[in-house]
Amino acid sequence: MRGNPEAHGMVAPGTLSGVLQLISAEPGEWTPIAGGTELMVAHAAGSLGAQKLVSLWGIPDLRFVETRSHTIVVGAGATFRDLRAHAGIASQLPLLAKASSWIGSIANQSRATIGGNLVNGSPAADSSPALLVYDAEIELVSLRGSRCIPYSSFHTGYKRNAIAADELVSAVHLPLRFAHHRQYLRKVGTRRAMAISKVALAATALLDNGAIKEIRLAAASLAPFPTRLSQTEAALLGKTVTPDTIQSAREALLAEATPIDDIRSTGAYRKHVAANLLEEFLRQLSSEESQQ
Amino acid sequence: MNDCWRTIRFNVNGESRSLNVPPMKRLLDVLREDLRLTGTKEGCGEGECGSCSVRMNGELVNSCLVPVLQAEGACVQTVEGLAINGELHPLQEAFLARGGAQCGICTPGMLMAATQLLAQNPHPSMAEIREGLAGNLCRCTGFIRIFDSVIAAAAKSTAVDEKQAPHAR
Repeated sequence: MRGNPEAHGMVAPGTLSGVLQLISAEPGEWTPIAGGTELMVAHAAGSLGAQKLVSLWGIPDLRFVETRSHTIVVGAGATFRDLRAHAGIASQLPLLAKASSWIGSIANQSRATIGGNLVNGSPAADSSPALLVYDAEIELVSLRGSRCIPYSSFHTGYKRNAIAADELVSAVHLPLRFAHHRQYLRKVGTRRAMAISKVALAATALLDNGAIKEIRLAAASLAPFPTRLSQTEAALLGKTVTPDTIQSAREALLAEATPIDDIRSTGAYRKHVAANLLEEFLRQLSSEESQQ
Repeated sequence: MNDCWRTIRFNVNGESRSLNVPPMKRLLDVLREDLRLTGTKEGCGEGECGSCSVRMNGELVNSCLVPVLQAEGACVQTVEGLAINGELHPLQEAFLARGGAQCGICTPGMLMAATQLLAQNPHPSMAEIREGLAGNLCRCTGFIRIFDSVIAAAAKSTAVDEKQAPHAR
């Protein structure tokens, strides 16, 4: 059943402080809406529960991409078009640029924001694996002040997160120390454009004399929320990439992944393909190493 | 009149408009019902098919996903804004000449997505055309004639550029 627009109130304070005052005065009563690519779909289906919406669209304090000395800070209201257009992201955080180009269509990327992608908390979120392997931090702001938490502790369950009722996600901080890491991101979906991923895997790794000195692996659609694959990382740390290492890493991934069967895929397929993606990344690592 | 309704002012195809509407009403419905601009079509109603594509402040958007309150102060261009004084836009001419339109439901969105693409990239490669139109689904003509139409319109604007400013490129 189609949603009734008159069933929802909506205001647009136009400033970050105006939004914070509103949500602080009535914590939990207001649902922030940025580009609407998620909430308006629920509205169309008549399943949008929120009665009071506060617009974050067009607030300058939320829509920016800023290069600092050791980080790039992306405002929560930056769209994926903004991210794709940013030269620093393209050169220093290529996995994020790539993920941004996968999110829906150009029209979706013009409206969908990075903050919305994170708060929506889909297990299949396109930007999440890249943010996890880049050690992103999430800045949360309220009238009480602001705090930063590691993105790896932002999601706390399926569609649940660490944001307090009077807080907003204001920015994503990305450290710029991955220029010498090997980087990998691949999404498997039904088609190249528009498809929500069946599974996606991101990785950053640093080798030292052929041994894996640092490794971060993160996946979409293998758990109730996007997450690092810490046991698989542990199986690889300090190892050289050999057929035996690849086999034990595959086994670690299969043991820690907990994907579900749904309309897009099956849990078994997701596990198998994720292990194949991991193997592809590890084989790339070893072939690049042998060429040096 | 509901006390939650809001007066929204925005510019549509170069004209200032002011309307009293529910703030969560979809831009698509405001265009079609309140402004009688029925060129913009509804397909899926959930941002997947691109039929309702319009340009807002120089960006392509799905008007089914834009609550009208977020269009306050914006410049919106719909398919009705492409032709100037009855003269078709080069993309419209190309779609006609090359069979880029059949049933017509996807066509306004295709034209707006193609307008957006050529505004940002006047000479796109085939890969760029495919990406630029990837969010617009056609279920009858097929995509090849649509891509051909965009190529023809881009070539025509190149020819116009060269004629007007032969040394500019």
